[in-house]
Amino acid sequence: MSDTAFHRRQAEMLPSRPAPAGQTGAVGWMRANLFSSPFNILLTLISLFLLWSIIPPAFDWAFFDAEFVGTSRDDCVGGAGACWAWIDQRIDQFVYGFYPAESRWRVNLAVLLLIPALAWVLIEKAPGARYGRWFALFYPVIATLLLVGGLGLEEVTTDKFGGFMLNLVAGLAGIVLSLPIGILLALGRRSKLPVVRVVSVTFIEVIRGVPLITLLFVAIVILNLFLPQNVSLDQLARVMIMVTLFASAYIAEVIRGGLQAIPAGQYEAAQAMGLGYWKMMRLIILPQALKISIPGIVNTFIGLFKDTTLVIIIGLFDILGQARLLQTNPEWIGEVDHETYVLASVFFFVICFSMSRYSIGLEKRLDTSGR
Amino acid sequence: MSDSIISISGLNKWFGEFHVLRDINLDVASQERIVICGPSGSGKSTLIRCINRLEEHQEGSIIVDGTELSHDIKDIDSIRREVGMVFQQFNLFPHLTVLENCTLAPIWVRKLPREEAETQAMGYLERVRIPDQANKYPGQLSGGQQQRVAIARSLCMHPKIMLFDEPTSALDPEMIKEVLEVMVDLAQSGMTMLVVTHEMGFASQVADRVIFMDDGQIVEENIPSEFFENPRSDRTKLFLGQILSH
Amino acid sequence: MRVQRIWTDERARGVILQLLLILALLLVLAFIVSNTVANLQRAGLASGYGFLGSTASFDINQRLIQYDSTSTYGRAFVVGGLNTILVACLGILAATIIGFVAGVMRLSRNFFISRIVGAYVEFTRNVPLLIQIIFWWVVILALPKVRDGISFGDTLFLNNRGVRLPAPIIEDGAGIILVALALGIAITWQIARRARKRQDETGQIFPVVRTGFALIIGLPLVTYFLAGSPIDFDIPVAGKFNLKGGFNITPELVALWVALSTYTGAFIAEVVRAGILSVGKGQTEASGALGLRPGLTMRKIILPQALRVIIPPLTSQYLNLTKNSSLAVAIGYQDIVSIGDTIMNQSGQALEVISIYMLFYLTISVLTSLFMNWYNARIALVER
Ligand SMILES: Nc1ncnc2c1ncn2[C@@H]1O[C@H](COP(=O)(O)OP(=O)(O)OP(=O)(O)O)[C@@H](O)[C@H]1O
Ligand SMILES: [Mg+2]
Repeated sequence: MSDTAFHRRQAEMLPSRPAPAGQTGAVGWMRANLFSSPFNILLTLISLFLLWSIIPPAFDWAFFDAEFVGTSRDDCVGGAGACWAWIDQRIDQFVYGFYPAESRWRVNLAVLLLIPALAWVLIEKAPGARYGRWFALFYPVIATLLLVGGLGLEEVTTDKFGGFMLNLVAGLAGIVLSLPIGILLALGRRSKLPVVRVVSVTFIEVIRGVPLITLLFVAIVILNLFLPQNVSLDQLARVMIMVTLFASAYIAEVIRGGLQAIPAGQYEAAQAMGLGYWKMMRLIILPQALKISIPGIVNTFIGLFKDTTLVIIIGLFDILGQARLLQTNPEWIGEVDHETYVLASVFFFVICFSMSRYSIGLEKRLDTSGR
Repeated sequence: MSDSIISISGLNKWFGEFHVLRDINLDVASQERIVICGPSGSGKSTLIRCINRLEEHQEGSIIVDGTELSHDIKDIDSIRREVGMVFQQFNLFPHLTVLENCTLAPIWVRKLPREEAETQAMGYLERVRIPDQANKYPGQLSGGQQQRVAIARSLCMHPKIMLFDEPTSALDPEMIKEVLEVMVDLAQSGMTMLVVTHEMGFASQVADRVIFMDDGQIVEENIPSEFFENPRSDRTKLFLGQILSH
Repeated sequence: MRVQRIWTDERARGVILQLLLILALLLVLAFIVSNTVANLQRAGLASGYGFLGSTASFDINQRLIQYDSTSTYGRAFVVGGLNTILVACLGILAATIIGFVAGVMRLSRNFFISRIVGAYVEFTRNVPLLIQIIFWWVVILALPKVRDGISFGDTLFLNNRGVRLPAPIIEDGAGIILVALALGIAITWQIARRARKRQDETGQIFPVVRTGFALIIGLPLVTYFLAGSPIDFDIPVAGKFNLKGGFNITPELVALWVALSTYTGAFIAEVVRAGILSVGKGQTEASGALGLRPGLTMRKIILPQALRVIIPPLTSQYLNLTKNSSLAVAIGYQDIVSIGDTIMNQSGQALEVISIYMLFYLTISVLTSLFMNWYNARIALVER
């Protein structure tokens, strides 16, 4: 092999050239993403057809042909589009149920206060976190006080709760109350003590094995049987008990996942430092496990929040209950069958979708920080 | 150069607007051993991945053993059959045993009877010195063992050309040696090899040519002794200075 | 001194803790039982499952086995249980198809397809299932009346009473078709075995999948025609006010089926997508570099690995679908919960009815988790 045949040295570096036409830009993008093969072209055509046959009619129905103003069904009868005229008069009922109008500010305030409470729990470096955490801890008490009354606020009985507010309250309270129980169950499931383990596993698996609706039936037809004659819980309280038990089984599994993700070295290091079981859990393990469980907790909340609509089956008037009331109301009968459900869906979608985005984002962040 | 087994001329490739490979010309003779080095992001992986069409090029031609790479699936198939590749991350199939990893392609692509495929696989596993691991799963092996399985797996297809993309950079120092030994053996048996690596000892021991790439182009190429002792371009000097000072 | 020693002994502490837990549970149980007994006595209700033998005296129009209003409560429960299983099986079948197709399409390089499927998945997942069930029900009830219903080629009719399909009428000699089907399966199985053996010995590859499909579908079809079409179809005929013949799927079943399968399908799509994404790009590249074609890469490399990831969450989606079918009670599809609800109202045996619900669903979920344990043990990747 001759030396010179191989020896080569480039005199100067070549400059970067733009890609050949049709490889980049809009044309290149379309070629790669829409028309790269006959099958791909077919898919594109089918999609365009689908979009064309769904979107314009949907927009026509929801907006262009819709009736937005009016006072009763007479204003909507015969229209081709949706009837949104009811919203103006009835949206309060849709959102607050029968909660007294002059006290609705209390519901608003409770929801408004929730935002800082959540922010202090979920955002690590929020300013004033020290006091904020205490505020978050007492938020449930404050919210209950605002919603039910007491301490000078006029009392509102829980049968007045309804509409979207009922879904929110049931979902949020269910998750918050189920957290401590869930943590205990998760620890119990990983305990060395067989009795503790068996009790926890049985509870968790039984609850997760049956549909929520059967537990709600327990709430309305059985729970009072279990209590002494002179004690009687009101319906919402009984429902809340069962919803909390239901959620705690799912939360327990989420937290168990978090506990499992903590490396054994953390336990060993904590024990080597001389920490007892509860101190180790409280100071070392749980803070880490709970942090990585947040996405799972949020997902559980989304599920529970959607499931709160089941209360209509046992006769509470949540957002679906209000929708039914409106549909059968002589003023609107026959005109709002779809509209009320669509609006309720939009409410749920906005909240659940944004929370699931948050949880996906958080999952990604936790994932990279762990590597 | 009609006797070359790989002939690349005027090769240009873009990722979107980014010009990764710029006017690459390279001929590789049969049985030749080539080491490619260069700073991170210079396009080394992209270049050798173009040779078996893991990446598609936009301009220029690549002719492997008389077949030009085009959109023709048959051509791609036949080229891939003749070109073996070893990856930095091994890419063994975790759901198959070591032996199954080695017999899968011979059975389904070369249509060998199972027994023959297994005997042959055992032969190659012996050559990479791990016949006793044949019935384990990849997850049970060390990194060095996995990489040697990956080499054996490629050899089972009787490739005429072997491509190596940084085969040792995911390994601990003591395992690098065992993999390099296998590669030296292979080189001595007359295999045509294109190796992307920063193992300069390996380069000076077995390479016929060392190619230095930067900014998507071949900046310098030479026989190893000249390349290391007498680098001509400033970029090469800078690069060698960094590599050798480690 | 002694007491203190016991209290600081780790094992003794564990025993005491467990005894305390058992004691507490027993106390709670005793409290509940005594209250319940007292409350039942006060209300004059008898407990026990004797009521299952008494006459139900209500009708069930959706039934898979013989039932009328003179049948017992026990039989009504069986009818309801079967209805739950029916809608669960139908739902699982459809949701699996929807989920796999949508999951793969969401990964498509085609911009529009992946976005459209993404919109479907996100929308369906983030709206309560109950709304979706009721919505579909309302949509079907709002379809035209039977008289001006929609018909597809005059064999399949869609109207506000549900869907009416041709009903197969089985005549003499139809059994031979079943025989042909069994034969097709058996031959395919044999061919698969032979093909594998031959490939092992000679390396030749036989197209088993295609041949199998042809045999399993073709053989019964050919037999059907050779035997002189022994299965007739009772095709529904549009009468003046009503459809005659065929068999009818109620609006409730249709709505529940559509809602359950699109809802669970969206969740399965995410499971499938995650499963496919979990198999690294390196696997595809290594397989390609070895000369395996994309189809073979999918079958031998990607799918086996993706399925390991997909199957556990897929099973829990199936379980969710089965549990969610209990929302049937909201639209009056007569599943076990809805029939139990009726029985509860008639007989007042709330405790017993709810215990039957729980037993029913727990049996299903125990069976499922037994399967899961078996599967996980079988499939676990051997790791270092
Ligand atoms: N699929 C891709 N899409 C876009 N850019 C890419 C892609 N693959 C590689 N690149 C870019 O092309 C350039 C060359 O990449 P390549 O992997 O060939 O470098 P390399 O020389 O092998 O580097 P290293 O030593 O780090 O492996 C890099 O800047 C990289 O970021
Ligand atoms: Mg590289």
